[in-house]
Amino acid sequence: MYNDKVREAFANPKNVGFIEDADGVGKVGNAACGDIMEISLKIKDDVIVDAKFRTFGCAAAIATSSTATEMVKGKTLDEALNLTNAEVVEELEGLPPQKIHCSVLAEEAIKEAINDYRSKRGK
Amino acid sequence: MQQRRIYLDNSATTYTDERVLQEMLPYFGQVYGNASSQHFFGRDALKAVDKAREKIAAAIGCKPSEIYFTSGGTESDNWAIKGLAHARADRGRHIITTSIEHPAVMKTCAALEKEGFEVTYLPVDSEGIISLDELEKSIRKDTVLISVMIANNEMGAIQPFRQIGEIAKKHSVIFHTDAVQAVGNVPIDVVKDNIDMLSMSAHKFYGPKGVGVLYKKNGLKIGRFMDGGEQERNMRASTLNTPAIVGMGKAIEIAVADMTENNAHISALRDYFVSQVLEKIDHIYFNGPKDMSKRLPSNANFSFEYIEGESILMLLDMAGIAVSSGSACSSGSLEPSYVLLSVGVPIEVAHGSIRFSFGKNNTVEEVDYTVKVLVDTVNKLREISPLFKSVKGESKYV
Repeated sequence: MYNDKVREAFANPKNVGFIEDADGVGKVGNAACGDIMEISLKIKDDVIVDAKFRTFGCAAAIATSSTATEMVKGKTLDEALNLTNAEVVEELEGLPPQKIHCSVLAEEAIKEAINDYRSKRGK
Repeated sequence: MQQRRIYLDNSATTYTDERVLQEMLPYFGQVYGNASSQHFFGRDALKAVDKAREKIAAAIGCKPSEIYFTSGGTESDNWAIKGLAHARADRGRHIITTSIEHPAVMKTCAALEKEGFEVTYLPVDSEGIISLDELEKSIRKDTVLISVMIANNEMGAIQPFRQIGEIAKKHSVIFHTDAVQAVGNVPIDVVKDNIDMLSMSAHKFYGPKGVGVLYKKNGLKIGRFMDGGEQERNMRASTLNTPAIVGMGKAIEIAVADMTENNAHISALRDYFVSQVLEKIDHIYFNGPKDMSKRLPSNANFSFEYIEGESILMLLDMAGIAVSSGSACSSGSLEPSYVLLSVGVPIEVAHGSIRFSFGKNNTVEEVDYTVKVLVDTVNKLREISPLFKSVKGESKYV
């Protein structure tokens, strides 16, 4: 049901882990629903210099976490805030319809991490 | 290197035994008559159907005239429950079943509720077994049917079906059982066990897919399931599927003859697997009866804390191991298994559940490989999970 690109991103995910001195952390979802995504960001001069994730969830949740963190690295915060779940899905060359919500989770986790960073900075 | 292919999903379906296939083959190209035709082509086919009917009757201790061929377990369940409910609606409109039935029974009961029938869904204990006291207390004056599966498809829990039969008989309530997972694994005698109707499906015991049986005690009146021709004593219209029926007869003959031997082999593999998994992986639930004599010999069901079932299934799949996450029919659904929730598995843990079901062709070597891959899979996913923070073996939800 998953294409090869999703299978690869799931089987060999990039950016797994947690940045201990992260500038912003976003955590969305809940265990009862079967998926939790946590994204931590290192930010320098409004640019995301590093991104890591930890995810509890299905193969699609893990694949989108990996892909979304790859996509935001090197982006400015404003660019990263504009990242949509549709772009993450496109990068993965598609997800089964019932798994689209997983990509929404990745978009939300990134937004929350950036908001966390901005609120800490008092902006 | 050739990709490994290890099949540990024998509760979803089994392969067709070679002896079964050989028995079926002549009924495609040579003996192809319609079993309802009067000429010699038809009579030859009918002879084969009758022989299969006799074998199936012998396997469960009933008369051949009490066997009705269907398309499988789902049709048999639908027919038995709806047929009986409609036939006895003037006597009462109350049905008793359990909270862990297969969807074929669950959704049939739900459909009857919409028609105004009342259904009691008996709860189960932490091992998936109903309480006989509670069953007896649930019986009312207007109860017309008790439908309780013999063995559960997800956790393998075997219900005390003989006592259920006695209770049903004592209160003059009809007892139907979904025996789809049980036939070939559990000895059944419908007369001694007081079973009035029983559903089974050939592909669960090394027979072909698309054929099943409803056993219905002679004299018990239920409506027809499909309108059409007069096949099956005018009870189930549609041309008989002779090759599949022949295959089912052969499959059940083999399954019953080899039951002791197969169960010994399969349960030994399962027990070895369970002990290895419990020894090598922490933070897991072993779901269903701990007393192995109360569960199907083939079944092992685990919930792995802090990780999600589909991810486990996918990584095992990539390593050449086929398992199922909850009920195969519910994959694609995002809800965790209602069966596991009803035995008290917490919802966040139920998401991480996998059913391993062993078959007669599995080997110890396959079990060893599976354990090794499973340990790596669980470790890998826990490494990714934000819920699993391993500090000197301690972990908790955060």
